[in-house]
Amino acid sequence: MDNLLTVTNLKKYFPVEKGFLDRLLTSQKSFVHAVDDVSFSVNRGDILGLVGESGSGKSTTGRLCLKLIEPTTGSIMFEGVDLAKLHGEDLRRFRKNMQLIFQDPMSSLSPRIRVGDAVKHALSFQGVGTASEQTERTRAILERVGLKPWSNFYDRYPHQLSGGQRQRVVIARALVLNPKFVVADEPIAMVDVSVRAQILELMLELKKEFDLTYLFITHDLAMANYVCHSIAIMYLGKIVEAGSKEDVFGRPLHPYTLALLSSIPVPDPKAKLQRIIPKGEIPSPINPPKGCRFHPRCPYAQDICSEREPQLEEIKPQRYAACFFPRHS
Amino acid sequence: MKNEKLQGRIVVQLLPQLRNLRQRGLAGWAILIGAAIVAAMAIMTVASPWIRPYDPILINVGPILSPPSAQFPLGTNHLGQDMLSRVYSGGAIMFQVAVLSVIVCLVVGVPIGLFASYLGGYTDKVASLVMDSIYAFPGLVLAIAIAAMLGPGVVNMALSIAVVYVPSYFRIIRSQVLTIKELPYVEAATIMGAKSRTTLFRYILPNVIPSIVAVATINFADAVLTSAGLTFVGLGLPVSTPDWGWDLTYGRRLLPSGAWWVIAFPGLMVVLLALGFTMMGEGLSELFNPRLQK
Amino acid sequence: MPLLDIESLVVEYHTLRANVKAVDRVSLSMEKGHTLGLVGESGCGKSTLGLSTIRLVPPPGKIASGHIVLGETDIINCSDEDIRKVRGKRVGYIFQDPMTSLNPVKRIGAHFVEMIHTHEPEVSEQDALKRGKDVLERLGILPERIDDFPHQFSGGMRQRVMIGLALALGPDLLIADEPTTSLDVIVEAQIIELLKELKKSLKLTLILITHNIGIVAETADRVAVMYAGRLAELGLTDDLFEKPMHPYTQALLNSVPNITKKGQVLSWIPGAPPDLAEPPPGCLYHPRCPHAFDRCKKEEPSLTKHNGTYVACHLYDRR
Repeated sequence: MDNLLTVTNLKKYFPVEKGFLDRLLTSQKSFVHAVDDVSFSVNRGDILGLVGESGSGKSTTGRLCLKLIEPTTGSIMFEGVDLAKLHGEDLRRFRKNMQLIFQDPMSSLSPRIRVGDAVKHALSFQGVGTASEQTERTRAILERVGLKPWSNFYDRYPHQLSGGQRQRVVIARALVLNPKFVVADEPIAMVDVSVRAQILELMLELKKEFDLTYLFITHDLAMANYVCHSIAIMYLGKIVEAGSKEDVFGRPLHPYTLALLSSIPVPDPKAKLQRIIPKGEIPSPINPPKGCRFHPRCPYAQDICSEREPQLEEIKPQRYAACFFPRHS
Repeated sequence: MKNEKLQGRIVVQLLPQLRNLRQRGLAGWAILIGAAIVAAMAIMTVASPWIRPYDPILINVGPILSPPSAQFPLGTNHLGQDMLSRVYSGGAIMFQVAVLSVIVCLVVGVPIGLFASYLGGYTDKVASLVMDSIYAFPGLVLAIAIAAMLGPGVVNMALSIAVVYVPSYFRIIRSQVLTIKELPYVEAATIMGAKSRTTLFRYILPNVIPSIVAVATINFADAVLTSAGLTFVGLGLPVSTPDWGWDLTYGRRLLPSGAWWVIAFPGLMVVLLALGFTMMGEGLSELFNPRLQK
Repeated sequence: MPLLDIESLVVEYHTLRANVKAVDRVSLSMEKGHTLGLVGESGCGKSTLGLSTIRLVPPPGKIASGHIVLGETDIINCSDEDIRKVRGKRVGYIFQDPMTSLNPVKRIGAHFVEMIHTHEPEVSEQDALKRGKDVLERLGILPERIDDFPHQFSGGMRQRVMIGLALALGPDLLIADEPTTSLDVIVEAQIIELLKELKKSLKLTLILITHNIGIVAETADRVAVMYAGRLAELGLTDDLFEKPMHPYTQALLNSVPNITKKGQVLSWIPGAPPDLAEPPPGCLYHPRCPHAFDRCKKEEPSLTKHNGTYVACHLYDRR
């Protein structure tokens, strides 16, 4: 078990901007509890799916792991290095170990920079090789992600490419530095349905070739099921369940996981669905419910659930759930 | 000829939205027509020493206040100067003042706008405060006040106009930078390990340039009108230089005596030049901030 | 008599480069009480088709030819006054984005009152609000919330309000354009359950426009698949999912993950949808079709019927 990334007690609270009068009249501060005491680790070579709906904190967690935002408290260790101790030039150079694949291929590429240059910048910013070596590597990676021949694409601007092609450029840019760890934030959500599997296949091939470890952030459980090895389900800033994909999706423990699984639309009219759809919607992360955050919507909630908060516990080996009454146990 | 083509290509490289202007609907036509007007007047001004029939400052080349005729197609003014020659040459000062003021604004306003909004914090707060204070003054009044302090001359006129206009550049650039700063591609630059300087100049600035161009063109238009205004109130130029603004001053006084041609033609020129720049500016704004259409 | 009959509809967009046929000779009809799932990827023309039924295609789009008949009204040629009577009253439309479809400075009650007064001006404000409250309650929203502003509602609730507004005047036909696209998974399931329940209790005729094949599988009686502005396949839901005929339908179904299927291998469609400004000759799908043969490159396939399913593909048209 080689831990590439270890996250411990990670918290990120964003202060809520108040209007002028509110600031004068009340001294109380409110916070968005985006990530609230999250701990997990990612093994080398793993694909961990961070699954949740909006407000779950999954995107924020991803960005904290890459030190694009600073945590409020908690630690992130990458290959034994404490990210909190990295600053300035050290941090800048360290970044080549960890990269990000963005959700929206259009807005993650500067409209004024040619696609080939956009990828090459990764190499030039890190000072890898000479200029001509950088160009060579860029051409190679463009072809590796399927943009063949590179000459058809290198000098194009992003708006001249299709959505799928743009996403390939984003992947190329993330991988040209040979990182060890890649966070993919909803990488296929904005790509056409019929092309998604192609991008996923590409990501899986590249994982083998480059020996990568992925943190796959998504709200799409079916896609997470297809691609990930392990799953962590997030709700309102906390991890409520974690384990292998087969366990979490096959024998879910937490009622929220059950709810998610029964809510996914299934492209089969004959499938017999057992729908346990909770009422209501996700509460605001500024004032999360007391006790278990899911209790107001949980069909199995009991008194204790509104009084005490369940901790994420190892119910069985490598199986974690934060619930006083886990199912299937 | 070759230089123009090259410059044309550079402009289009810098601003890819400028391809195929004719097909870009009303906005494209506005830019083309506006640019044509400005170019025509610029050529006219530059060529004036050769094409004008008389020396515009020579007095008594013709009878005083004679209406348009074969010999003096645009008539003469109260000093017997040929209006046609004055119209040909009168734009020179205006162009110089306008160009100079835009340059000053770019050199001063753009860096302040960029750095203040990128760095945020106190720098941003202080800069915004200063700029907003200047912006609060009515433009022409402030320009007159500064021109009065600095004295006459092309450079001083340009400076007074520049001071009035810098806040506009600052505001536009600031709002653009604040928006762009949050976009994923800027995050991407950080993730790749770009230094702040690189992010600012290679990722943010190129995407701010279109709006700078739009402001600059409106700035030109405004500078033209303001310089006419400054000369009109007597600030700005030594009396002998041919200038439309000056003609407007005297032309106004001559109106009661029926000599409409002294104010009309220079006035027309000022309006046309301002119109040309405004059309370009509006067209550019429309192109760069397109209203979304499928 | 079908409730809605669309025949050979052509909708064009006049763009800088060319006249693009967003909808190219599409025909379909809706019987009362049925649900049609209109499925396709972005740019296939499904939204345009939906908007055409109430003559709301935004410029530079224009209905170029064809017929749309709702009951006895000729949608394309009727007067402006008549089409306004159709919108809201006979056809309820749920637009794509609930976040921006409501007026942020008007209370929900005001939205209902405006809606009702447009078609029934004699109804008093009190009565209109009462009707609004009834609708909200039926959709699972506390009736007191009729006095709230849109921003006070969450995404799912706003979508329910939109559905409520669409149903306020008791329309014969409800068209929902991507009703769940911007919503979270669980809320999406809630809304789909709601639509299914309303379908039963109000005997709604529903056209569900979406790119999500999953929600169509459980709500629609029939499914129409569109590609690049044309109808590729139209058939009963069960038939289409079990035995998809058009290669595009087959490929589309194979590219959608099904969490109940163990060991599924996803495939994809190589290439990209055609540039409608310069469409390929013959069948628009042929450049990406694994079964394409000579005829496909030259001749456009017409819609033919096989055992209740309509398909536009030369593989089934051995004339």
